[in-house]
Amino acid sequence: MRICFFGGMFCSVLTLFSQQAIDLGSLHGNIGIDAQYYAQDSVISATVPNEKIASNSFVNLNYKRGILVAGLRYEAYLPVLQGFPQGFDGAGVPYLYAGIHTEELDVNLGNFYGQFGSGILFRAYEERGLGYDNAMDGAMIKSRHIKGVSLTAMIGKQRKYFDKSAGTVRGLDLEWSLNESFDSLKTRISLGGSFISKFQSDNSSVYNLPENVAASSFRATIAGSKFRFFNEWAYKINDPSAQNNFIYKNGTGFISQFSYFTKGFGFSADVKRIDNMSFRSEREALLTDVMINFSPSFTRQHTYNLLATLYPYATQLNGEIGGQFELSYKFKKASTLGGKYGTKILLNASQYYGLDTMLLNDQNTDRLGYQADLFGTGELYFRDIHLEVSKKFSKKVKGIFTLANLAYQKDVLEGKSGYGLVKSWVWVNDLSIKLKPKHTLRIEAQGLFTKQDLGDWVTLLVEYTLSPHWFFAIMDQYNYSNPAPSKRTHYYFSSIGYNKNAHRISLSYGRQRAGIFCVGGVCRNVPAANGFTLNLTSNF
Amino acid sequence: MKHYLFLSALFISVACMAQENTFPKIDIHTLESKTFNTNAIENNGQPIVISFWATWCKPCVRELNTISELYEDWQEETGVKLYAVSIDDSRNIQKLAPFVATSDWPFDVLSDVNSDFRRAMNVVTSPHTFLLDENRKIVWQHVGYSPGDEDELYEQLLKLAGK
Repeated sequence: MRICFFGGMFCSVLTLFSQQAIDLGSLHGNIGIDAQYYAQDSVISATVPNEKIASNSFVNLNYKRGILVAGLRYEAYLPVLQGFPQGFDGAGVPYLYAGIHTEELDVNLGNFYGQFGSGILFRAYEERGLGYDNAMDGAMIKSRHIKGVSLTAMIGKQRKYFDKSAGTVRGLDLEWSLNESFDSLKTRISLGGSFISKFQSDNSSVYNLPENVAASSFRATIAGSKFRFFNEWAYKINDPSAQNNFIYKNGTGFISQFSYFTKGFGFSADVKRIDNMSFRSEREALLTDVMINFSPSFTRQHTYNLLATLYPYATQLNGEIGGQFELSYKFKKASTLGGKYGTKILLNASQYYGLDTMLLNDQNTDRLGYQADLFGTGELYFRDIHLEVSKKFSKKVKGIFTLANLAYQKDVLEGKSGYGLVKSWVWVNDLSIKLKPKHTLRIEAQGLFTKQDLGDWVTLLVEYTLSPHWFFAIMDQYNYSNPAPSKRTHYYFSSIGYNKNAHRISLSYGRQRAGIFCVGGVCRNVPAANGFTLNLTSNF
Repeated sequence: MKHYLFLSALFISVACMAQENTFPKIDIHTLESKTFNTNAIENNGQPIVISFWATWCKPCVRELNTISELYEDWQEETGVKLYAVSIDDSRNIQKLAPFVATSDWPFDVLSDVNSDFRRAMNVVTSPHTFLLDENRKIVWQHVGYSPGDEDELYEQLLKLAGK
């Protein structure tokens, strides 16, 4: 079947070649290879898989000529790297599309990605670094024929590794930007609504399951040159699934975001409540498989190792309530706190709770599961309060300093027991020193302090970059006060890389600590590993 | 089978109607939440720089902070226009405008919330910086940022501006 499609593409390109010698369109793409060689390490109990070498590779090709777009991605997992969803196995072309994009109309056939509103009902996307890809396979049409109105309709099946989900997803989305319809309106107002329905046949001998599950949402944005206020409400009819333990309760979701910004000052705040909002195109699916919606955790996205990997929050799809605020301010140049170059400070706080619920003992009747209070909060799941100061000291020295206080309900967030709420302090110094033109030394010193769980950690990272081609980095992470003395381990890691234009290659060697790895807002457990890693990316 | 035959047929028929201009036409947004089609990325025949970045990406922010200090000079000398395209998704989107306001950047910032433009430009890792000529053809691109990399972009800009 796919051969036929390629044949078609090839024939049409040939036809074009023969018809005219000009404008063949453009073909761009990229390739990526991540390979690992695993070594045995008894200290961190990294186990060597049967195949000592694993690799994930891909190539993307995107063709465009006028209004025509087409492309594909080939992926190979031989076998899949440890820490990635193990469902990826083998090689193939899981992403293939063709379509037209004009001023008024987009038509996509084959695989496509997309998002309605904030994604609370529908978001198809990929995050290569996490092995996350829920691309749709079907058709999507987006119309902008009416000024200010954008209407999207789509239908398809979601990608499940090299297979398709058992269920089908259908959806409609309407977004109306009132300003484009009424020129006199100064404040920007837009309204939107989405409807999603999924179908999966009832194959259960135990339950009488709904085959069609509908969900809808409504959103409103009011924005000006200095502020934005966004709200979205979502509702889903009963959708018994493995994630919610097959209860027949309806799902609800609410997001409210406000931000204010003016030169040198920024403020943002979010409030979020979701109740039973796991929405997948297969009832039995768990983890990150075939999710239809996207419910990000509104917390600061940390990238410093100890802050990002030890105690990061992940959205609790079955129910959570919480929020975040962030304040940033730039002290002007030549002011007392600004110094010669100005100083930027950022204060962020986020806090999430479980819902305040009352269990209903109706296992064999309605199976509604529980009742949740609309405004009530249950157990504290997570808290992060931190202050970040960015300062340029001189032409050569810059620094970012972070102090954070974290609380992390390990039992709930990692599905374990006996740990409870782990409280810690984290401090990070990130200093960058320009030694001479193009030579920069960057030193990250981090510490995480807690009397609970694994005890205290320190990390030292030294990175030397030689622009525009080379970088070298060494890192040691030391769990020096682990309650078990035999586990007071050093995690050494070193890396060297070469960069030329859009080509990049790096080779690393070292221990990778077991824990949660977050890229682009999705977190995943990575097992302990020790060995060589090769990464290569190239664009053309 | 029918599915793929149909796709092939569509491809053939549309290929014949196709016109020039290979720059992606994708709806993204401005910081004021206005829809912005990437086809409107323009600079009257002068050089264009597109930089893909995110609020949480420290090397991206370092690169844009550095360029912001040099931008006025670059504009005078080469007429360049820079578009900083944020790939922050809905987790961080509300922080984007406040972030930009505090950074006080002199260039246009756009928001590509579901990475549609990013995919069309084949961007995997950020930062990823493109230099486009008067026909919006990519003449140079660079992945990652280390202090000093801006000099290479500047040299490429001068070359493109014929200086």
